[in-house]
Amino acid sequence: MNHSAREAMLGRIREALKIKAPPPGPHAGAAPHPAPRDGEFRPLLPAVGATWEEQCRQFARNAELLKAAFQVVPNTAAARAEVERIVREEQWQRLATYDHPLLREIGQDLGPTPLFTDRPYDKAELEKCEGAVTTCEALIAQTGSVLVTSRGCGGRAISILPPHHVVIARREQLLPDLLAAFALLRQKYGAHYPSMISFITGPSRTGDIERILVLGAHGPKRLTILLLEGK
Amino acid sequence: MSPNTAVQFKAQATRLAADLEHRQWIFKALRGYEAKRDECKARFQNWEGARQAAAEIKYDTLNHLDRYLEQFVHHLESRGARVHWAADARAAREIILDLARQNQVRFIIKSKSMTSEEIHLNEALEAGGFEVFESDLGEYIVQLRQEPPYHIVFPAMHLKRGQISEVFQQKLQAEPVTDPEALTMIARRVMRQKFCQADMGISGVNFGVAENGMISITENEGNARLTTALPRIHVALMGIEKLVRTMDDLALLLPMLATAGAGQWLTGYNTLYGGPRLAGESDGPEQFHVVLLDNGRTRLLADAEQRDVLHCIRCGACLNVCPIFRNVGGHTYGTTYQGPIGSVLTPHLRGLREWKHLSYASSLCGACTETCPVKIDLAHHLLHNRRNAVQAHPPFFERLAFAGFQVMMRHPALYRLGTTLARWLQPLHGLVQGTALDPARAWTRSREAPRLARESFHAWWKKHRRTTSPS
Ligand code: SF4
Repeated sequence: MNHSAREAMLGRIREALKIKAPPPGPHAGAAPHPAPRDGEFRPLLPAVGATWEEQCRQFARNAELLKAAFQVVPNTAAARAEVERIVREEQWQRLATYDHPLLREIGQDLGPTPLFTDRPYDKAELEKCEGAVTTCEALIAQTGSVLVTSRGCGGRAISILPPHHVVIARREQLLPDLLAAFALLRQKYGAHYPSMISFITGPSRTGDIERILVLGAHGPKRLTILLLEGK
Repeated sequence: MSPNTAVQFKAQATRLAADLEHRQWIFKALRGYEAKRDECKARFQNWEGARQAAAEIKYDTLNHLDRYLEQFVHHLESRGARVHWAADARAAREIILDLARQNQVRFIIKSKSMTSEEIHLNEALEAGGFEVFESDLGEYIVQLRQEPPYHIVFPAMHLKRGQISEVFQQKLQAEPVTDPEALTMIARRVMRQKFCQADMGISGVNFGVAENGMISITENEGNARLTTALPRIHVALMGIEKLVRTMDDLALLLPMLATAGAGQWLTGYNTLYGGPRLAGESDGPEQFHVVLLDNGRTRLLADAEQRDVLHCIRCGACLNVCPIFRNVGGHTYGTTYQGPIGSVLTPHLRGLREWKHLSYASSLCGACTETCPVKIDLAHHLLHNRRNAVQAHPPFFERLAFAGFQVMMRHPALYRLGTTLARWLQPLHGLVQGTALDPARAWTRSREAPRLARESFHAWWKKHRRTTSPS
């Protein structure tokens, strides 16, 4: 049944494609222009600085416009101090995290009860966490986005359910643009992509009521990104 | 659907065009949008080049759709996703209903999907005994009001905070607050419960990536992220035209969608999904289904002249700039997709005969064509639809009028008599203008009839030819 539905639809498509359509835009009537690929997009997209410093400044500017908190911290000790400050200020009782060398250094013993999402956990428990501390796959200067995946960053729900998401990134994880992020994913996961890959650009937002910006519609109200400059 | 969609459209349009408050509201919202969109466009090094590239990407994908679709499905299935093929809306509804029944689903949570509106999925699920909740804030508000979305991107843009507060008080026994932040938090609280209770999450798809068989979903609120993280089953409904070749194509299309759609340089969450929870992953659904929907799309694909309508990425930009949409609003169209793209697409999806009037809901100013990020020549397609409609069912009166015109043009004496008579009779028209006796009432009710010149060009030429010297 499903097989025949598949063959029928593909058949209709093949039949339809026997008719040629003119290529779009100024090429109309001319030979089809081969559609551009990867590298050819760069000169069209928003410009990105060439050096790490420029890209870092760009990320910071984007984060500010997106109302995400962004800080470059010298080392893990400073990152730990910053997370500690947040935990105290917002009086977290529970904190979502997972097993990762960097996270172990930064804060699984800060006071709040940790919930580990890399082993079977109860989603109602995760819902009670005031915050989550995670790593990421990359930061993207061009857009101010944080790249996370279900395999590398503690699963699907940890970065979306708790109201405050704190992300720790390393210096070499800052990438210029989305193309670089896709190249990284291809190289790292090749034939075994995680089931979820997400670009997080700012805290959760909505403009559905009178087009007025409100943060924290369903996901985190706050997004804090700490970029480690050294070890 | 009643055969009177055209009559309804006209009546509703006349009423709303006279509703100054409504018009002002929409104008104000869209002015804010335009400023933001221009700001984002300016960040691109070459926006026009990006439009051309985007059009070429979609052209390339659609012209090899069979190949890319097979590649896409192969990757999906190799990761344990189930792919379903739905020839039409009914087949798609049946597939999803069956999945819900087989898995003893009770609560269903949905993230925004225009394709699900297209197949009237919510009604079908509710009739099947399932409780369905829209999780996108705008969609949730119109769902509570039992209205269709007003705009493909901003479903509740027509409502003021007071109206939203009212429906929250009535339906959710919420406190009488009107601050947008407080209202949003009410919805957030309600929805958190639903997310944790739901057994099935249903989403749409913005792009399907052939390279690795992943679907891409764009959203701002995080509701789609939750819809696809917490319930044990995820069903994604995808029109077959949504494919692109590679992830790199997304590097261009995602920022363009955000810019053209909402005036953002990238939408809050852009997420790729490629399967159920995989080995080594701790959460996510146990089942992942992708329903591929045709519902008239292959028919459009077979139309070489209008195939590029399938390039549409549903950004909503053409609605925002359309003077007709701005004056008559989104509900007037009576369609799933409103504005210029809706006027072009609906006759293909639901029949030209009943929906041809939408081709006339345009000033042909070309603002939609100018703004479309994938360069669909919408104004042109509206003209194509008009032509096709006339060819398929020539209106009796028009045929009669043109036949009469033809006779007159072939007989100079008759032409002279006609124009002289018209010149004499026109002043008398003033007596009946706009009344039921007026033969040109449809025109003159809202417009001035042009005045005939006192002298015909023919006569003028005769007089002056002798006096001007040939050069
Ligand atoms: S036709 Fe173009 S402008 Fe209109 S919604 Fe589709 S992509 Fe956007």
